[in-house]
Amino acid sequence: RDWATLSAWQLVLVQVLWALLLCGWAFGSELTFELPDNAKQCFYEDITIGTKCTLEFQVVTGGHYDVDCRLEDADGTVLYKEMKKQYDSFTFMAAKNGTYKFCFSNEFSTFTHKTVYFDFQVGEDPPLFPNENRVTALTQMESACVSIHEALKSVIDYQTHFRLREAQGRSRAEDLNTRVAFWSIGEAFILLVVSISQVVLLRSFFSDRKTTTTRVGS
Amino acid sequence: CIVHTGRTLLRTTTTTIKMRSCVLSVLLLNVYYTCVSSLYFHIGETEKKCFIEEIPDETMIIGNYRTQLYDKQKEEYLPATQGLGMFVEVKDPDEKVILSRQYGSEGRFTFTSHTPGEHRICLHSNSSKFALFAGGMLRVHLDIQVGEHTNNYAEIAAKDKLTELQLRVRQLVEQVDQIQKEQNYQRYREERFRQTSESTNQRVLWWSIVQTLILVAIGFWQMKHLKSFFEAKKLV
Repeated sequence: RDWATLSAWQLVLVQVLWALLLCGWAFGSELTFELPDNAKQCFYEDITIGTKCTLEFQVVTGGHYDVDCRLEDADGTVLYKEMKKQYDSFTFMAAKNGTYKFCFSNEFSTFTHKTVYFDFQVGEDPPLFPNENRVTALTQMESACVSIHEALKSVIDYQTHFRLREAQGRSRAEDLNTRVAFWSIGEAFILLVVSISQVVLLRSFFSDRKTTTTRVGS
Repeated sequence: CIVHTGRTLLRTTTTTIKMRSCVLSVLLLNVYYTCVSSLYFHIGETEKKCFIEEIPDETMIIGNYRTQLYDKQKEEYLPATQGLGMFVEVKDPDEKVILSRQYGSEGRFTFTSHTPGEHRICLHSNSSKFALFAGGMLRVHLDIQVGEHTNNYAEIAAKDKLTELQLRVRQLVEQVDQIQKEQNYQRYREERFRQTSESTNQRVLWWSIVQTLILVAIGFWQMKHLKSFFEAKKLV
């Protein structure tokens, strides 16, 4: 890798190869977005044939924590369709070239906003060294590093799911807390109002009857 | 002799210039390919799309976006022209704005969190020439990288002059760092959750005691009041 010894055209060749190699590795996208009530949000991605893709989604906050999900391929064929799901993971092999579309719908809900997390992995993650190819053997140290890297990636993945579940639980607990506060104040108020009006009503009954009793008496 | 040295010097200088320009173009290509993102969605003219990132503190986030506008004549999406920008606003968990900037049709925004929690990244288009939009949809390619993914290892290797093995180990160190930060944040969140649950528990306890007391007190008051009322009315 002595840059000084490479001639100009060799450097250009390296650049072009690097660019091509980078093209070959697709990226994954992980996003958390807000889905208002009666809304539908679609995402699109261009996928080449033969790529292994995974779509994973989870509803973080809102209502009954469910959402409709639909995945269509380039020709509009529905690959995955589920209604009112809280969490799911779907892996498929791209059979066609083109733009794949996946949509999340909250159209069944009238007033709850939802927060949805999704992770759409297309192909493999780009390797650390773009000019490495799988044919070259790695040393023991390097392959140990690679396996640790993969293990840590799965640790981070589990952490993400744990964080989402915790956020869901916390959101429910905070909802419960506010509901209990409002309910206790509301019920105390209702109790007072009902008991006082009971007494007032009873008094009003006996005030009328008193005049009739005296009339009957005389 | 002097002429020969001069020619060698000239050759070395030319090679250095070529080398530098090649390295620069390589870096530019690297930057270009990191800017291009595959996932896209459509956004209306006045629509605001928000994304939430729940992150621990001292975590860097890099967002790349690219916009395309639908061209009715060619019936396809073309790269957006000048004047069609995106307004990016980032709010921290305390609803304080930490980034609020207008970018062009292609942009890259970076910020580092100083408080752990939910950060909101909101995007909406800010077209200065409304004729361009004409009620159509804007296609936005978006890519958000969090924490360890923001590191550009090629750059780090070049800066610190690391060997392959050293770079791999550095990547592992960064990953473990991110895991550790996330675990710390997890501990803080669990504490908040526990506080909320304990507060609910307290509220329920107080409410049931107070409600029983109110019931008993009202019962006594009602009986006493009605008794005195009936005695006054000479019905008892």
